[in-house]
Amino acid sequence: MDVSSVIVVGIVCGILIYGLIKRTDVASAFTKGAEDGLRTAFGLLPTLCFVTLSVAALRASGILEMITGLLSPLAGRLGIPVQCLPLALLRPISGSGALTLLGEILKDCGPDSFAGRTASVMAASTETTFYTVAIYFGAVKAKRSRKAVIAALAGDITAFFLSVFAVRIILG
Amino acid sequence: MGFLTIFLFLVSALYSVKAGTLSAVANAVTECGSSAVTLVIGMCGAMAVWGGLVNVANESGLSELLTKAMKPLINKIFKGLNRDSKATNAIALNITANLLGLGNAATPLGLSAMKLLEEEERAGDKPTKNMTLLAVINACSLQIIPTTVAALRLSSGSRSPMEILPCVILVSAASLLVALITAEVLEGGR
Repeated sequence: MDVSSVIVVGIVCGILIYGLIKRTDVASAFTKGAEDGLRTAFGLLPTLCFVTLSVAALRASGILEMITGLLSPLAGRLGIPVQCLPLALLRPISGSGALTLLGEILKDCGPDSFAGRTASVMAASTETTFYTVAIYFGAVKAKRSRKAVIAALAGDITAFFLSVFAVRIILG
Repeated sequence: MGFLTIFLFLVSALYSVKAGTLSAVANAVTECGSSAVTLVIGMCGAMAVWGGLVNVANESGLSELLTKAMKPLINKIFKGLNRDSKATNAIALNITANLLGLGNAATPLGLSAMKLLEEEERAGDKPTKNMTLLAVINACSLQIIPTTVAALRLSSGSRSPMEILPCVILVSAASLLVALITAEVLEGGR
């Protein structure tokens, strides 16, 4: 029994019980909300197709591996584990890709190694920036997301470097 | 986003010619549409269920109760919003779900908040500052307990899967702060 399962089931019970107490028409409120949710989900598709075009090409072309190769001497000098570089590059564009990569790093270096810990902190403190911004702007008419992307990437870069230092200082 | 997508695609295409991965990229072009569809189909069930549950909470008045505590913080970040508006409620629910790590619930809540912001602030083709801030906050990790990564660490044989927690909280908070400050600076120029 993990914490998040308890939270999820607890929240659903809470919502249903409060609805009953307040004599809300739970069924009709639910179906109305579900309809809105479905409409929003399918409304995302056109924008999402456009964004995945570049993400898919990036992954398939092998350009991430090339950039990793270029950056690894510099990373070595700064004390950043080389294994974490592809993770940092992939994390903002592909959530499932980053998770796959993290699994490989944990297997190859060990989860309690410096590289393994750093990669874990990196993956856990960041989000799939491009997807998130694309989805959020996919839901509204305004499409100029440049400022949001730049600001969120500034956060990602901070998280990348800080992960290395936080693991070194806190976990030794 | 448009420019970035075009740029990334062109760079990848050029590189693939040199690296000999052109056929992989060609396949990716055809397949990426179905991966987007798969993603949305995977999401839409959760969007429907959580959208339904949230609307029950809205109509019963539970949302109002829950968001009262979050509002002072939200009004500090999102300036110029009516305290009792639907958008403020939706943002409060979105942030709560993010903190609890309920990604599947946070996204539909965040998207409806985005739409309500658009409506209430009468945004046209340009996003308002608050819309940008909401997207930025959601593009940063707010999750307090890193359940997915901890599960992965456990399955890889870690002695202490949750030992990363203090690091994660510190790094998440710092990166969120940097992202918000960057957004403020960028928006200030308008």
